[in-house]
Amino acid sequence: MATRQAFALSRRSLLKGAGMLVVSMGAPVSVELANSIGAALASGAKPPLHPAELDSYIAIGADGSVTAFFGKMDMGHGLETAIAQIVAEELDVAIKSVRVVMGDTRSSVNQGGASGSTGIQKGGMQMRYAAAEARRILLEAASRHLEVPAERLTVSDGIVSAGVDRNVGYGELIGGRYFNVKLDWNKRIGNDLQARGIAKPKSPKDYKLVGKSIPREDVAAKVFSQTDYVTDIKVPGMVHGRMLRPPVAGAEPVEVDEASIKDIPGARVVWKMGFLGVVAEKEWDAIRAAERLKVKWSEVKPPFPAYASLYDHIRKAPAERRSIDRKSGDLTQAFASAARIIQSEYEWPFQSHASMGPACAIVAIADGRATLWTGGQKPHYARDGVAAVLGMKTEDVDAIWVQGPGCYGRNDAGDAAHDAAVLAQAVGKPVRVQYMRHDATAWDPKGPASVHRARAALDAANNVIGYEFISKGFSRQEVSSNESQVKDCLAGQLMGAPLKPTPAFGVPAESYGFPNKEMGWETIPGFIARASPLRGAHLRDPVGPQIHFASECFIDEIAAAIGADPVAFRLKYVTDARDAAVIRAATEKYGWQPRPSPRRDQSGVTVVGRGFAYAQRNGAIVGIVAEVEVDKRSGRVWARKFVVAHDCGQIINPRGLEQCIEGNIVQGLSRALYEEVKFDNSMVTSVDWMSYPIGEIGDVPEAIEIVLIDRPDIDPAGAGEPAMRPVAAAIGNAIFDATGVRLRRVPFTPERVKQALSSS
Amino acid sequence: MTTKRFTLNVNGRDHTIDADPDMPLLYALRNELGLRNPKFGCGLAQCGACTVQLDGTPIRSCVTPVAAAVGKIKTLEGLGTPEAPHPIQTAYIEEQVPQCGYCINGWMLTAAALLERNRKPTDAEIKEALAGLKCRCATHMGIMRAVRRAAAMMG
Repeated sequence: MATRQAFALSRRSLLKGAGMLVVSMGAPVSVELANSIGAALASGAKPPLHPAELDSYIAIGADGSVTAFFGKMDMGHGLETAIAQIVAEELDVAIKSVRVVMGDTRSSVNQGGASGSTGIQKGGMQMRYAAAEARRILLEAASRHLEVPAERLTVSDGIVSAGVDRNVGYGELIGGRYFNVKLDWNKRIGNDLQARGIAKPKSPKDYKLVGKSIPREDVAAKVFSQTDYVTDIKVPGMVHGRMLRPPVAGAEPVEVDEASIKDIPGARVVWKMGFLGVVAEKEWDAIRAAERLKVKWSEVKPPFPAYASLYDHIRKAPAERRSIDRKSGDLTQAFASAARIIQSEYEWPFQSHASMGPACAIVAIADGRATLWTGGQKPHYARDGVAAVLGMKTEDVDAIWVQGPGCYGRNDAGDAAHDAAVLAQAVGKPVRVQYMRHDATAWDPKGPASVHRARAALDAANNVIGYEFISKGFSRQEVSSNESQVKDCLAGQLMGAPLKPTPAFGVPAESYGFPNKEMGWETIPGFIARASPLRGAHLRDPVGPQIHFASECFIDEIAAAIGADPVAFRLKYVTDARDAAVIRAATEKYGWQPRPSPRRDQSGVTVVGRGFAYAQRNGAIVGIVAEVEVDKRSGRVWARKFVVAHDCGQIINPRGLEQCIEGNIVQGLSRALYEEVKFDNSMVTSVDWMSYPIGEIGDVPEAIEIVLIDRPDIDPAGAGEPAMRPVAAAIGNAIFDATGVRLRRVPFTPERVKQALSSS
Repeated sequence: MTTKRFTLNVNGRDHTIDADPDMPLLYALRNELGLRNPKFGCGLAQCGACTVQLDGTPIRSCVTPVAAAVGKIKTLEGLGTPEAPHPIQTAYIEEQVPQCGYCINGWMLTAAALLERNRKPTDAEIKEALAGLKCRCATHMGIMRAVRRAAAMMG
């Protein structure tokens, strides 16, 4: 409240009068106010790019067109279109007249980039409030112009009307000039940035565009090859860079024989401590130089255990941090008094982003300024990181986001940005770096491996009276989820930057009302602290799939142990009405008939089962029924059908949401069935698509049926990640239903399934 | 090393370049000819992001030496235009298939080649033709819908 008052005063002083608030309530326009708004709009000077300036979010062109400056980016889910819908809705303009400029530090403030599925949940809401405030200011200006009180004006397609023949367009009111209006900024940047005006956004009942399946603008440009990807950016004088990584993780170059590449035109070596790269004028020459350069690497002790002992290592390693995030009741007492105790452990491997293309970045430095082109998730933070790498001021560095190969978290894009900066500074020319496939798969930051231990205490009537869930694994933030600091990228780690990993994991997100309940986690240090190819980082729904694989499979294990239908069991214990609604929606759509798992009525080679899992995620709730076929001879699992119920509050674009959910499900099944980063004692051995297989077209389900639960009056939550969360558990539960065999380690490869079936 | 002179016929036009004969066609198309597509995905013929058609057959330009690229090369840009789109392009737009879109060369050029020889493919035939291609955004459901739609348009 105090903030709001201070803000209102500053607004008044800016506008030289208190009448503005009065006008909002419908009083006649005072001359003083009219003059003050006119003065503010016309003051000419472009205000600084600052979170508290309305002009940092919205601009109106002379033709009435609207530009929205968005400090986040579309990672392929149609966010660009959704933001245009939100902005057009609040401003009452046509969707076609809105252009969204994403992730360019020259024109947008830091709204956190792509992060945590907050594109709409946080970024979109900021744009909604900014657009609503812009509309309010424009209406006041129109009120002055038309000499009609604002509340008697209507707006359609950017034309403000006081009746027949009394119209004025946004373009005429402000076109090409600036609002120069301050917002009430919460002093945060990134995802949590909020800067509100006085205006309240529209009531959902008045929506014309939000909630509609507006097609995406970017699709045709991609399909006709009319749009640049970051890999297509060319800068005059640009040379190509490639990096050299050691054959044994942790080794550093001790001798570099530059003569070994002397016959490659223009090839040069850049070597600084552990950082070793090459540049050449032609890309093919840079690739060959990296292949041919003779390097003697330091002798280091092979840093990794045998792959087969990964989970033993996790179990035995001393925890560096232990956290109990949820605690209710008295767990010790519950287990002491239990009639029966059920317990299980689950395992999840390291997984790679394995982006479709290896990361690419271009850095150009000229006249005291640097520019970064990046396809990564967080251009504003990458700008900060490149400035730190170059020893430049943040304000002297620009970052421009350009569509890159899909990015699902803290992938290799940040490392490429820093590498390009180091190379560009060293050779005095703009440098484009694109990694090779082995750099991308073997050396990207990894989703961390983990072990999950779950216990349930039952009373004599089979009620759950105690529940404990503890994860133990590598941290999901051995490197930060953004690349704003030198220490968090390979270049800085290779050049000796002091490290500071953050121990972080998580707990299940559900509403099971077990009376005595504890959920927590432990993290262990990485095998090597510096420049590890297994450094833990955020991978789509950071640690969500692993935690909920374990927790939602364990819920099924309890249900199976007491002979309960797994859906009825969940409905008995969930305490959140929205959770229950999602569980019912998915299972009713599927036609779920209550019975305990497993089925016992099948013989033959191919058996079929169904499984359910659900999870919350930051305001979204997803329930999934998976139906699988298991070929008992080959061990192949085919998830032939999914039914998904999805509640993420208010829906902006239903079709975009459905396709976002489909991508989550299919990527999720890939992670559940195939994905596993392997290593030997020396190095990661998952280096390409053969050694790191992912789901392919043959794995596609016959159907993914989606029930969207729209809640127009609840602010939207994110959808970019929640639907991935329960996929592995739903498949695991379905495999159990089909076969009676419980798989507690991901991925469910044919070999592993076959082995589990034969030993059961 | 010695460079040689090559004439590449790309999307109906001849281009003369000087290049290392071993250099993959991909780099000639991207850097010498300045085409946005194909894309570098793996350099190992494992993903399809670099796919072009050579005399109508999809090939991986990342492992095809420029010296071996004798014939008519077609890239995604040569498949169709907004004014005269190939049915698979129309279907991709109507089905809103791509997320990042980095992989689409492989899928679209392979599907277009399939539909040239088989106007009524079954789902199994579509999956067989598209096996091995990667889409990390996992848009496979949309890809299947688009190929079926394009087949219906061409059939």
